[in-house]
Amino acid sequence: MIGRKEVAHGAEAASHRSPAMTVAGYVGMVLVVLLVAVPLFWIVITSLKERQDIYVRPAQWLPAPGTTDNYADVTTRIPFFDYFRNSLVITISLATIKIVLGVISAYALALLRFPGRGLVFLVVIAALMVPNQITVISNYALVAQLGWRNTFQGIIVPLAGVAFGTFLMRNQFLGLPSEIIEAARLDGAGPLKLLWRVALPMSWPTVVAFALITVVNEWNEYLWPFLMSDDSRTAPLPVGLTLLQNNDGVTNWGPVMAATVLAMLPVLVLFLVLQRQMIKGLTAGAVKS
Amino acid sequence: MQSTTTSEQAASAGGRSGPPDPVGPPPRRSSGRAWEWTLAALLLLPNLALLVVFTYRPLLDNIRLSFTDWNISAPVANPIGVANYVEWFGRADTRTVLGNTLVFTVATVGISMALGLALALLLDQRLRGRNLVRSVVFAPFVISGAAIGLAFQFVFDPQFGLVRDLLVRVGLGTPNFYQDSGWALFMVTFTYIWKNLGYTFVIYLAALQGRRADLDEAAEIDGASPWRHFRKVLLPQLRPTTFFLSITVLLSSVQVFDIINVMTRGGPVGNGTTTLVYQVYQETFLNQRAGYGATVATVMFLILLLVTVVQVRIMDKGQQT
Repeated sequence: MIGRKEVAHGAEAASHRSPAMTVAGYVGMVLVVLLVAVPLFWIVITSLKERQDIYVRPAQWLPAPGTTDNYADVTTRIPFFDYFRNSLVITISLATIKIVLGVISAYALALLRFPGRGLVFLVVIAALMVPNQITVISNYALVAQLGWRNTFQGIIVPLAGVAFGTFLMRNQFLGLPSEIIEAARLDGAGPLKLLWRVALPMSWPTVVAFALITVVNEWNEYLWPFLMSDDSRTAPLPVGLTLLQNNDGVTNWGPVMAATVLAMLPVLVLFLVLQRQMIKGLTAGAVKS
Repeated sequence: MQSTTTSEQAASAGGRSGPPDPVGPPPRRSSGRAWEWTLAALLLLPNLALLVVFTYRPLLDNIRLSFTDWNISAPVANPIGVANYVEWFGRADTRTVLGNTLVFTVATVGISMALGLALALLLDQRLRGRNLVRSVVFAPFVISGAAIGLAFQFVFDPQFGLVRDLLVRVGLGTPNFYQDSGWALFMVTFTYIWKNLGYTFVIYLAALQGRRADLDEAAEIDGASPWRHFRKVLLPQLRPTTFFLSITVLLSSVQVFDIINVMTRGGPVGNGTTTLVYQVYQETFLNQRAGYGATVATVMFLILLLVTVVQVRIMDKGQQT
């Protein structure tokens, strides 16, 4: 649940609201839940239907009895687990690299003094404004020249630079109480000790938020892996879904929906468990600027 | 937290940048400068190198390529001057693609911001179960666009889809979302908003929760109507958030690739849902005309730059008055 501590929020006028407004509020809530939940329900029941039950009109809203054939089909007929493994390799590698690079860049930008610091920060941040599509053509040429097509490094290395995470962590480090930082410096803590023993331990919630956003983004990464890989040796799940869609010609919706559900599940579970931290990362970047 | 060190003082201590001393006590102030600079360089270099090589270098290289006839696989690219740009201005599909991009972007940015704000206002009220509803609204944002695109292709299936089923049950027919350009564009726009609504919602909600309670109380004492309260008290406070969202949502919306690639491949009838970004992909990788693809990418980048400058201008102007 996204229940946050309500700060400076005295004027929540529950008692002054008219009954009509309250009813309208609940109607709105029901409508928006239906808007999100009905398509998801539709996808799940389709994945549990026998083939002949999918292609009937009017549609069956309660499949009787459910079958897991589509799941068995999609996990045996296509190299589903290969795509899954590739997604794990790419996501874990990229998240690790990005978190380390983001933290150390942010630390240098926030707590070390050196000439040109403002300019370096600008160079990092401006990268957020460059759309992917303007970089893919030239990057594709470079990576193809290196012979990195259909390799993990070809997918991972070009995506490894960190702009948003650096921004997020820099804000976090700048917000640390300066007395503590100065005290640690006076105690003779060197810069690395200052990072590892003082700044990081006070910043874990932000690091976790940054990590979660990165994991979700990399798990869902599409354009670059789609251009880089076209078989089950390196293609991650979202690209695998596209390949599955192509292979089946006239789409056989049962297995396709089963694969879709399996691709959605890991991030949804992660989200349900850790949504508070994830949302903290997204809003921290927005509200401060 | 910053000491009084100015960059001039720092510069006067420059020139010495030996390798850092890994052991021993932390160096004193004067020699500490070089130590600190070296460390900063070491910490920043990997990230900066990646951003320069894979973001800024290709940005410039893309502009160079837009003046060539490169085909993505040949070893050489011949310079052909502004021929690609002349072609872009003259081609019949340019208007369609620009139109699609404009409709898709304006609709997704406008609707997801308005709806996100409305939902944030709603779920900021003290209503039972609001935490659950907040989670539900945000959940689609974490799912892969490719998976959602694939799933919604079947939701909109004109033969056996969810939308058809609902429309028929209330006595209507279904538009052909696969064959009709206008409805296909509606389908990808709807799907994109469905996936991304949670983002604008969550950002607006956070901004609302950080608002000033005293202003709300003042408005209540004055007996302001809810609408007046919203217009005069809430909206002005949300201005920075609205500005932030208008830029970030626009940037991500213009760049959408996964949903279009999975759902329509830019079709139907040639370019029914082709946006600038999708045309870059089609020309470069399907038609093997990387030079022309780079031209479309450059034009897109210039348009985005212009729009962002205008947005910043509007924001500045609004703050002065």
